[in-house]
Amino acid sequence: MSTTIYVNAISLVAPGLPDWRQSQSVLSGKEKYTFEDLPTFSPAILPANERRRTTQLIKLALHAAEECLDSNLVAAENYATVFASSDGDHGIIDKICKALTLPEHPVSPTLFHNSVHNAPSGYWAIAAKAQHSSNSLSACDESFAAGLVEASTFALVEQQPVLFVAYDYPAPMLLDSVRHLQAGFAVAMCLSANKEQNSIVKLELHLDESNTHTKCNNSGLEHLRTGNPAARSLPLLQAISNNKTQNIVVPYLQSTSLNISVKAA
Amino acid sequence: MAIKPLKITSYTTTNALGAGNRASLQALQEGRTGLSQNQFDGCDLKTFVGEVAGLDEVCLPEHLAAFNCRNNRLTYLGLQQDNFSEAVLAARNKYGGRRIGVFLGTSTSGIQQTELAYMELANQANSGKRLSSDYHYTQTHNTFSLGDFVQQYYELNGPAHVVSTACSSSAKVFASAYRHIQTGFCDAALVGGVDSLCLTTLYGFNSLQLVSEQKCTPWGKDRLGINIGEAAGFALLERTDNSSEQLTLQGYGESSDAYHMSTPHPEGRGAAKAMQAALDSAGLNSNDIDYINLHGTATQSNDSAEDNAVMTVFGNTTAASSTKGWTGHTLGAAGITEVIFGCLAIENSFMPVNLNTQEIDPTMNANIVMTKNNNTVNRFISNSFGFGGSNCSLIIGRKG
Repeated sequence: MSTTIYVNAISLVAPGLPDWRQSQSVLSGKEKYTFEDLPTFSPAILPANERRRTTQLIKLALHAAEECLDSNLVAAENYATVFASSDGDHGIIDKICKALTLPEHPVSPTLFHNSVHNAPSGYWAIAAKAQHSSNSLSACDESFAAGLVEASTFALVEQQPVLFVAYDYPAPMLLDSVRHLQAGFAVAMCLSANKEQNSIVKLELHLDESNTHTKCNNSGLEHLRTGNPAARSLPLLQAISNNKTQNIVVPYLQSTSLNISVKAA
Repeated sequence: MAIKPLKITSYTTTNALGAGNRASLQALQEGRTGLSQNQFDGCDLKTFVGEVAGLDEVCLPEHLAAFNCRNNRLTYLGLQQDNFSEAVLAARNKYGGRRIGVFLGTSTSGIQQTELAYMELANQANSGKRLSSDYHYTQTHNTFSLGDFVQQYYELNGPAHVVSTACSSSAKVFASAYRHIQTGFCDAALVGGVDSLCLTTLYGFNSLQLVSEQKCTPWGKDRLGINIGEAAGFALLERTDNSSEQLTLQGYGESSDAYHMSTPHPEGRGAAKAMQAALDSAGLNSNDIDYINLHGTATQSNDSAEDNAVMTVFGNTTAASSTKGWTGHTLGAAGITEVIFGCLAIENSFMPVNLNTQEIDPTMNANIVMTKNNNTVNRFISNSFGFGGSNCSLIIGRKG
């Protein structure tokens, strides 16, 4: 038994893959992949005062989300959202845990309310005036797969379009020694239960026991794939860029895999 | 369109009132709070906390030793109560481990391990540069640690994730579980949540001036804020069968305030939307609900916003109480803890009293339960609202 979901828009923000439109020729192998550091983002959807209060991780997630809607922010309020991140905001954790070692434990109130795993979701809802359901979840290295499943089940059961965003960002030095993420990476998808005019592909999802996971056929991209939980999406993004029917196997949890059949919409 | 109810096969709560359902039931019926003067290690704040006794002595199974942290010790203690493990293993035999989902909620996971590792580093004489090699980030602090621990402990390998939407986390897991079962990703689901005391939340809420020096007084005239608590709670959800006596998840509603990161919409806009969505998904009207378990954190703004939302959806007739005065605010575990209090209320015919509050805020209008009673509860709604404007309401009742 598999679950069918339609992908109506995609955005991608990763080193050397600055956006979905430009990146497809690299993902499909027509152009060479070159690693480039991520720029600093400044999501247009955030008011200036909020932009100052938010972190690189929050900006990365919101940038991917607004790119996915192609800056059609009026439509943003119609989407439920699912935000998937393995680690949340290491930069904030680092600052809070340092503050807790000091006399008087001076934790900043803004840092504290930004420390929740659902901070990007909260800022998005405020900026997009989106009052629908929003979920924020983690499944560690498998957060992309778990988030895609949650977002798909939401679109199907609630019959509502979902904006799904998967993202993670490297930790500062101390935490990097126990949890190394190679680089920031975010991917977002607009999903719906039914075929839409702008549907790009159809995905059929099911969990199974296959243990041969699909890798990237390019060493640079493969290095990226294993270096950030959100980048586990790369084989799927490559299949979509190649515009042909393909079966992708993404690691899920505890020896289970997520099998994704990519088909024309 | 109404959802297909799910049966709650087994449930268990461990919180400041004690380990297992009986401890909570007895305290709720005897009028005994679990709150005590804060003596949490490393924290000198004058406040009350809902601390679970004996967590330092809990030993995890040897093969899961890397998961050792306060949050997972509390998880393990919670799983040992009320024959919950037997129910999970029976479900595993019935459906197979790949067909059982695990959807759990937490806000801070095992962050205390990171706090301790930073403290150890800061205390080193010649200030080292690396965190202790005994510190296992992925198994303790990572948000999924709790889900990984539970999956490995029961050898379950179906769909799973950990929801972390602050204080609505372990309510929203019921909705995730419903969707995964409904779309055929699993046949049963272990849901719940765990949050444990840590300096991050104690000093963090204190920085927002939301921590009360006194025992918290939800809906109280002079309420001063929250007491932080810790808890573990779990429930097993399956499709309903023909047996008549069963508790079922009948509805859920989720919404976003889209207003402010740490303050609710003053009219309770998102809260009302979540409650109404829960009623709609259950195919029920407000007069079908006997009891409202309020989020009721006892901060000025939270309680008044929720009061407005309750008035919008229910008016002032439906009995309501906050149980934060018993356990403190258990954050990511509040949803499951309060769902279980509602289940205990149904099965034992009483409505929990809104403990500690002497005088209700005269500006608020909900019908607050102030006296001990033997009122029948056939169906209740439980509210959980969190930072980021994340709202979730659940409706649970007897079948039929």
